[in-house]
Amino acid sequence: MSLRIVVTVKYVPDATGDRHFADDLTVDRDDVDGLLSELDEYAVEQALQISENSDDDVEITVLTVGPEDAKDALRKALSMGADKAIHVEDDDLHGTDVIGTSLVLAKAIEKAGFDLVISGMASTDGTAGVVPALLAERLGVPQVTLLSEVSVEDGTVKGRRDGDAASEQLEASLPAVVSVTDQSGEARYPSFKGIMAAKKKPVQSWDLSDLDIEADEVGLEGAWTAVDSAAARPARTAGTIVKDEGEGGKQLAEFLAGQKFI
Amino acid sequence: MAEVLVYVDHVDGAVRKPTLELLTLARRIGEPVAVALGAGAENTAATLAEHGAVKVLTHDAAEYADYLVVPKVEALQAAVEAVSPAAVLVSSSAEGKEIAARLALRIGSGIITDAVDLEAGDEGPVATQSVFAASFTTKTRVSKGTPVITVKPNSAAVEAAPAAGAVEALSVSFSEKATGTKVTGRTPRESTGRPELTEAAIVVSGGRGVNGAENFAIIEALADSLGAAVGASRAAVDAGWYPHTNQVGQTGKSVSPQLYIASGISGAIQHRAGMQTSKTIVAINKDPEAPIFDLVDYGVVGDLFDVVPQLTDEVKSRKG
Repeated sequence: MSLRIVVTVKYVPDATGDRHFADDLTVDRDDVDGLLSELDEYAVEQALQISENSDDDVEITVLTVGPEDAKDALRKALSMGADKAIHVEDDDLHGTDVIGTSLVLAKAIEKAGFDLVISGMASTDGTAGVVPALLAERLGVPQVTLLSEVSVEDGTVKGRRDGDAASEQLEASLPAVVSVTDQSGEARYPSFKGIMAAKKKPVQSWDLSDLDIEADEVGLEGAWTAVDSAAARPARTAGTIVKDEGEGGKQLAEFLAGQKFI
Repeated sequence: MAEVLVYVDHVDGAVRKPTLELLTLARRIGEPVAVALGAGAENTAATLAEHGAVKVLTHDAAEYADYLVVPKVEALQAAVEAVSPAAVLVSSSAEGKEIAARLALRIGSGIITDAVDLEAGDEGPVATQSVFAASFTTKTRVSKGTPVITVKPNSAAVEAAPAAGAVEALSVSFSEKATGTKVTGRTPRESTGRPELTEAAIVVSGGRGVNGAENFAIIEALADSLGAAVGASRAAVDAGWYPHTNQVGQTGKSVSPQLYIASGISGAIQHRAGMQTSKTIVAINKDPEAPIFDLVDYGVVGDLFDVVPQLTDEVKSRKG
């Protein structure tokens, strides 16, 4: 038996950098360092653990859609231990929204072949957290999402989804789409050996024509949503700061009473 | 007037507050038609009518509890086909966003997630989103299909607006896809008796400075004196001091209460992302250089073990 896992990853602007918008109201990627979205590291980690715990012949492919630099995210995942990578890159993808992104990812996943797709819970830039559900819908396979525990055995994926009201045990037959949370287990650091090995691992490049996607189905013009404006949030006006000299709690209570919170 | 579908989040017929906020926003765009699914769906009607629902479409089936997400998508899709609404509004819970996304794809529409405000516009509803850890505000529209928009809790006031709220049975037939992911077990969370974190008017959070699970008792005591929810920073959750369900920040909950009290939290970007849109922010921290003080309306530089209990006592005595 073999198990083909595709892990979707995103190359995102560093959240600690000065993130902002370009003139066309897309995310400016030029002035901020990018990296593998931290939440996708958990997806790579779970893929590796499923592989390590499996008697099957497991192949892990990491897939990203993004500009040239997005290869950095793939390299990181490969150095953690993934087997190969696919980079979908095309100038016509600039400005693609979440519906379009899910189309590109789904076509690439189908072309690559899969038994299991694993995604992070959300990207750290867009943070919508809807791509896994969209992929399940597009691929026509079960969605087993937001798992803090996941296991695969005998063609079945099981996991625990911790919601606000309840913790649920889920189960579905493969093929399926899984997403994992940051509670699923600390992601490993790439070893030196892993980093060296990653340099020799194959990275395939596909463009839209490889995926039979027309340019007008994606990109800014093809987007299903339109951003009319983006404005920096006005800085909060400087507040009152006091040093506790023994009455700090009372002073704070006075402030809260003045604001009618007490 | 055009109808606007509002997906109802309820527990056995008890409507959750974010749904009532959706009704307020829906009335800006058109006439709210609510869709309530699962056990107790019909019992939601009275509350929904009080807050502006002209109609309440209901359906109950075992599938809603036994299978993940998709049965609800199919019911909402049936409602869209029956009503032809001007927009569909769903609360921005984890499940709400998944339902909305799959619905959008099925009905050939764009989707906007995590709106913090919504108004009518010439080209359809305009959503305000707060992005990049709340450092930017964007105005966004759905440009194709029927707008599907998820809205964060606390984005609008709950308003009484009595309407007919006529209950109508929704006709739903499930496809094979609806039963793909089985829910084989469900363990309800133990209720703390405190408000839901994302819905609370006041949130009291503790961070690294709380320095131990047992010390969270003083955070909880302050929260209880104010009728607040309890939050925790990622550092406190990663240390195992408080449950992940209470985490505020990028990988936890995003909250927007009237008042946010941060105790022993430095205010890293990951945390700010989850609380920066709070109306009033107050912090207690030993370190005068902590970035959280850049955000506050009122800050106390001091030991939280002195300041927080004193504040709690003062709140209690003022409240009598």
